[in-house]
Amino acid sequence: MSNLDTLESELLAAIENAGSESALEEVRVAALGKKGSISEQMKTLGKMTPEERQVMGPALNGLKAKITDAVAARKDVLAEAALEARLASETVDVTLPMRPSPTDTGRIHPVSQVIDELTAIFADMGFSIAEGPDIETDELNFTALNFPEGHPAREMHDTFFFNEKDDGERLLLRTHTSPVQIRTMRTEEPPIRVIIPGRTYRCDSDQTHTPMFHQVEGLVIDKESHLGHLKWILEEFCKAFFEVDDIKMRLRPSFFPFTEPSMEIDIQCDRSGGEIKIGQGDDWLEILGCGMVHPNVIRNCGLDPDVYQGFAWGMGIDRIAMLKYGMPDLRAFFDADVRWIQHYGFRPLDLPTLFGGLSS
Amino acid sequence: MKFTLSWLKDYLDTDASLEDILDRLNMIGLEVEEVTNRADRLKPFKIAKVLEAEQHPNADRLRVLKVDTGDGEPVQVVCGAPNARAGLVGVLGKPGDYVPGLDVTLSVGKIRDVESFGMMCSERELELSDEHDGIIDLPDDAPVGVNYAEWAGLDEPVIEIGLTPNRPDCTGVYGIARDLAAAGLGKLKERSHEQIRGAYPCPVDVTFDFGDTKPMCKAFGLRMVKGVKNGPSPQWLQDRLVAIGLRPINILVDITNYITFDQGRPLHVFDADKVHGNLVVRRGKTGEKIDGLNAKSYDVDDTICVIADDNGVESLGGILGGEPSGCTEETVNVLIESALWDEDDIAATGRKLGVNTDARYRFERGVDPDYMMPGLEYATRMVLDLCGGEPSEAIRTGDIPDSTNIIDFPYSEIKRLSGIDLSPAEANVTLKALGFWISGSGETVKVAAPSWRPDIEGKADLVEEVTRIVGLDRVPSTPLPRLGTVAKTVLTPSQIRRNKARRALAARGFNESVTWSFIPKDHAVLFGGGNDTLALANPISPEMSDMRPSLLAGLFMAAQRNADRGYGDVALFEIGQVFESDAPEGQKIVAAGVRRGTAKMSGSGRHWSGTSAAVDVFDAKADAEAALAAIGAPVDKLQVFTDAPDTFHPGRSGCLKLGPKNTLAVFGEVHPRILQKMDIEGPLVAFEIHLDALPQPKAKGGRSKGSLNASDLMPVRRDFAFLVDSAVTADKILKAARGADKSLIEDTTLFDIYEGAGVPEGQKSVAIDVVLQPRKKTLTDEEIDAVAKKVIANVEKATGGTLRG
Repeated sequence: MSNLDTLESELLAAIENAGSESALEEVRVAALGKKGSISEQMKTLGKMTPEERQVMGPALNGLKAKITDAVAARKDVLAEAALEARLASETVDVTLPMRPSPTDTGRIHPVSQVIDELTAIFADMGFSIAEGPDIETDELNFTALNFPEGHPAREMHDTFFFNEKDDGERLLLRTHTSPVQIRTMRTEEPPIRVIIPGRTYRCDSDQTHTPMFHQVEGLVIDKESHLGHLKWILEEFCKAFFEVDDIKMRLRPSFFPFTEPSMEIDIQCDRSGGEIKIGQGDDWLEILGCGMVHPNVIRNCGLDPDVYQGFAWGMGIDRIAMLKYGMPDLRAFFDADVRWIQHYGFRPLDLPTLFGGLSS
Repeated sequence: MKFTLSWLKDYLDTDASLEDILDRLNMIGLEVEEVTNRADRLKPFKIAKVLEAEQHPNADRLRVLKVDTGDGEPVQVVCGAPNARAGLVGVLGKPGDYVPGLDVTLSVGKIRDVESFGMMCSERELELSDEHDGIIDLPDDAPVGVNYAEWAGLDEPVIEIGLTPNRPDCTGVYGIARDLAAAGLGKLKERSHEQIRGAYPCPVDVTFDFGDTKPMCKAFGLRMVKGVKNGPSPQWLQDRLVAIGLRPINILVDITNYITFDQGRPLHVFDADKVHGNLVVRRGKTGEKIDGLNAKSYDVDDTICVIADDNGVESLGGILGGEPSGCTEETVNVLIESALWDEDDIAATGRKLGVNTDARYRFERGVDPDYMMPGLEYATRMVLDLCGGEPSEAIRTGDIPDSTNIIDFPYSEIKRLSGIDLSPAEANVTLKALGFWISGSGETVKVAAPSWRPDIEGKADLVEEVTRIVGLDRVPSTPLPRLGTVAKTVLTPSQIRRNKARRALAARGFNESVTWSFIPKDHAVLFGGGNDTLALANPISPEMSDMRPSLLAGLFMAAQRNADRGYGDVALFEIGQVFESDAPEGQKIVAAGVRRGTAKMSGSGRHWSGTSAAVDVFDAKADAEAALAAIGAPVDKLQVFTDAPDTFHPGRSGCLKLGPKNTLAVFGEVHPRILQKMDIEGPLVAFEIHLDALPQPKAKGGRSKGSLNASDLMPVRRDFAFLVDSAVTADKILKAARGADKSLIEDTTLFDIYEGAGVPEGQKSVAIDVVLQPRKKTLTDEEIDAVAKKVIANVEKATGGTLRG
């Protein structure tokens, strides 16, 4: 018996000391292989007396089972260690910085984004979007809009002209989006509700004026819309656009040849800090011009001003973008400086909607 | 239009505070632009008396003054003014005081070794006038030590309003007072000018001589005043003119300027002794000239109305008087002119000659015709009061036109246009206060505008008058009724395309830009433009002279500007208009983009994961295809042609066409010659997409996408490699392979191209992957082999190549 005990402790020690799966296999073969130490002992059972066999049989079988289990257990341990070693060797530096994705570096220009914002708001009020050409006739840019020939009001618009043609016609770059009012009224049946965003041009250039800029015009023509509706639309627009709960507004009489009565609209703002805050404070900020469409203009579009009526307004897209998003200089809008676009631009998937917020 | 508060109060009896007045001006449409008070800037300057004036020891033209400031010890001041003398009472600035006319803060100075503790100021230095011949010389009894501005009555607000062109009536203080009074801010002090009896007939006659051309003058009033004593105007008159930025000249001239601003009525005075014979109002003649009172000379012609005497042109009617017949301090006999000119002619002449005068400003807007003769009486009264003399009878040539325009005015028009509920009584009070005449009763009345309101044309104008005076704050905010449906699609198909292309390109890492619609002519020419019909007649600069034929010129320059700032790897795009002609349909919408340096979609510049290569034609092609896919173009059906415009590298560019004639997009590397001509650097690739060139899809019934036809059977893939001539295009190989069995072959991919060792010179090895998708049953080996053979045969036939063994 003591031989078996010795064998057992020798084998268990060998299993424990096996440092690899191959070493363990050697130990297993040396014990349990055909000529292994336990197998050899098993062979001696045949020559034993029944009494001896009764003792030695179970003892040897027990030893065999014990060693088999020990080998299996050791095998698991070694496999686990090997996996860990492999994983450790595969470690990388996960702090390495990634390249930004294109959806992260791409930008939408503020003018486009603000036009989308305007569209979202006015679409909700039943407006559609109209457009017209940048190169206009004098008739549509001025005459049909009730600017008399030679009137000083024309000089308020520093107009870019093209060269006179043989037939005496002189085209120009539209000085406002208002010619599209005429185009719309001449082709569409009232009721009309449109907004007209687009590029406009005046030969003027300084800190706050660029020879090209963007305007958005609004036009409503039907049989009952009056200044009260205009006021409501602009109040609602300002609240929605500037994303404030309330905003004070005042109407000031003014003059535009194509509206009568004409007015300018100021909104409440606070100039006490470095930048203008809309919808708070005690200062006023002029943001747009508007009025009831002049009877002459309605008539010029083939409609009867005693039957049809309505209003129009116009404002600078660049300007309201500057007010909302804090750009200090208009000229930078047209410089394509990537630092500016990265800073003031919008991510490609940030589509302004009323249900998801214009800028949130 | 500028005026002082006290001037306004000449005509407006009011207790209202300045703030209330300014507020009300804004609310009735007379927008306040600026309010200044000269006393604010002149606060530190006090009246001081020169006690001693001694010759400066080291300078002939300087004197050393001892000046009493009214406050302790006299101070020493070095002064160079010729009128500096003992006993002079003037205005002293001390060290630390800011002198506005010099834009300098005084300090203790040392002038030629003599210390100076301040400065005796001239009027120019205090911005009171242009006077700089000497220091201010006040009356002896001016109180020493007292604040000068307050003593001189300068402590007064000067109000500047921005007048809209429809309000000539407010080019005079009286008209402004009338508006404020109508708005309830006080009572108008009505003007009235007595008719002055002439002692003798006016010795100078006026005739109109326009022959059979259109008269340029409507009416002309004239009067002589004999034996006047001209000279500097009294202080109050000078002060008012200076306060609004005018330079006092002499009484006669100052009176005309004063009435211009007081009543909006421009006048002119001739020195009668310098007028030869009678006056003729006529068209100018080519070759005639006038030396204006503004010290400039003008050539006239027959589009310009002049007043002439036997000597020639003496005045540009209604715009500018002539220097030779102008009034000076020596004038003894004066002719006062009050005339009425044609608005359009005045505007045209002013533009043509580039003359802006206070007279032109008023006449081109339209002065009150009925005030022509009263204005002459007013001027005569002032001349008599200030210069004495004996008046002639007033004469008038031409008839004052009747400006009466009677408008049928239904009171309901107020509510119809403004939404304001206003009683007829309230409307009447307002209109009457503004000088309107109302006749009749009931729901519709007859209304006539006063002669000073040429802007009033019809009912809408009356609504404006009533609403602006009662206050636009009474306009009731009224919700615009909804149209009764959920909002419909509001964008046009073209707008929708632009939006899709915009977001798609930005999602590929592009930065959206907005560049000028006009570019330099040489750039326009490079991109196929430069046509005369698209060149501006009056460009703001040569850099912005021609309407752009392409977005690329602007984007290339923008990319270069960024590179010059140190950002060479940029991807910029723009969606906007280009101009093929000056007709509306010649304006096309294009989406264009440029990538510069290593600005690939996967990233730019150096990176541990792999440094980006320079951008190439395939970057541009991928961008163009992505944007086309975003707008719904059938990208897999587009044909690629290699005939891109010559702005691109001929071997590294292409066009994407829908059919041989409809080019949807061009892409490529920019031609080196373009880089050179524009003086910019690459690598630069670009694309342009003609968004409107893609036909709109035919309207389908319903929005169903149809059923998904996905097979349960595994697709089978087979690879093939062909040896073909180097010139054979990928397009050709893939098309031939696909044609082998259109129902079974679902996809073909080109996954390898190889030229070099093992491949004969002039050939390349092209490997493709063909995917077969069985639909009904699994394919047998025989079936697969049959398709493979067909693929090989098709490709070999189409390309002349062979299957690589």
